[in-house]
Amino acid sequence: MTDTTSKTDTTRMTDTTDTTAAEPGLPVAAAASTDDADLFPLETGALDRLRARLVERAGEHGLLDVAYRTIDTPVGPLLLAATQAGLVRVAFEREGFDAVLEALAAKLSPRVLRAPRRLDAVAAEVEEYFAGTRRSFDLPLDYGLSAGFRQLVQRWLPHIGYGKTRSYREVAEFVGSPRAVRAVGSACATNPLPVVVPCHRVLRTDGGLGGYIGGLDAKEALLSLEAAA
Amino acid sequence: MKQPFEQAVERHGGTVLRVCRAVLGPGPDADDAWSETFVAALRAWPELPADANAEAWLVRVARRKAIDVIRARARHALPAADLPERPAPGGDPGGEERTVWAAVAALPERQRLVVAYHYLGGLPHAETAALIGGSAAAVRRAAADGIRSLRRAYGAGEYTNGAPR
Repeated sequence: MTDTTSKTDTTRMTDTTDTTAAEPGLPVAAAASTDDADLFPLETGALDRLRARLVERAGEHGLLDVAYRTIDTPVGPLLLAATQAGLVRVAFEREGFDAVLEALAAKLSPRVLRAPRRLDAVAAEVEEYFAGTRRSFDLPLDYGLSAGFRQLVQRWLPHIGYGKTRSYREVAEFVGSPRAVRAVGSACATNPLPVVVPCHRVLRTDGGLGGYIGGLDAKEALLSLEAAA
Repeated sequence: MKQPFEQAVERHGGTVLRVCRAVLGPGPDADDAWSETFVAALRAWPELPADANAEAWLVRVARRKAIDVIRARARHALPAADLPERPAPGGDPGGEERTVWAAVAALPERQRLVVAYHYLGGLPHAETAALIGGSAAAVRRAAADGIRSLRRAYGAGEYTNGAPR
């Protein structure tokens, strides 16, 4: 369902063309759709305008529970999603944006809409970060997707300064659970806010990269970006 | 529904807009009905059963919203004895698209509503008949007649597909 062609500011939950398969009950209900396109064309931009208006109205009615957009970055397209409380999810393309959105719908609320303007401030900061002109993020964050020790670790991670690294063991010590090295590892692995919450700055004690939700290439790219700036 | 609402907008936004235009004519009324439909649908979305047919559900919501628009239109216009679901004049999306919607607006009332709810909206013959009156067989004929004259007026081909049942 992901349309990676609309790269710059949007992601689309796109048509898998066969909507009927997922919708038992009226198996031929959508049968006219392909024909409609030529006999009943909609002028370019008509739906886009209505969708933009829907986002506004949804906001006014307090119905926009999860807003999202995508942006292009040197580590590939990133999906940014926010609740009313703040940025709740940053996802790499390899995670599958549709799967990520479905998980957000299931865990937070199915009232999910693509709303690029709602994430302008976030997108601007992320772009500045990749341009090397921003060293820390100044954004409201919603840690609601994680809990307990994992959330504790994730909230601590921004203490690791730009261009610095710590080992999983050191992080465990800093958060007061020196024996919880593996749990720190899984807290980093399940960080819902990669890049913004800098789990990429956590390495193995021997200096090895460890793991990364965006892939080791992405982790390396972020570390070299910060080392160069 | 546990699916992201965006999916419903992406998949069915076009269908709902076509239904609204066929019922109300292209223009601000159809746009308003589309907006009201999706705001109401967004509100109700979490409670919609997971196995529901989202498109048919949206088309039913759109019908109610279109009727609301027609009632509001009637309140602001001359008193009328009944409330026919007629498109308003003056809608103008411009260009090529103008032609087909003008042709739809010129169809006899029942053909136009059958094109809206059955052909474009995908509601079954029987359900469409229950909504606008008449029998399922009459709906089938009205759809065929309506699409045939639209194709004659606007495009080539015949009513060979669509939503047969």
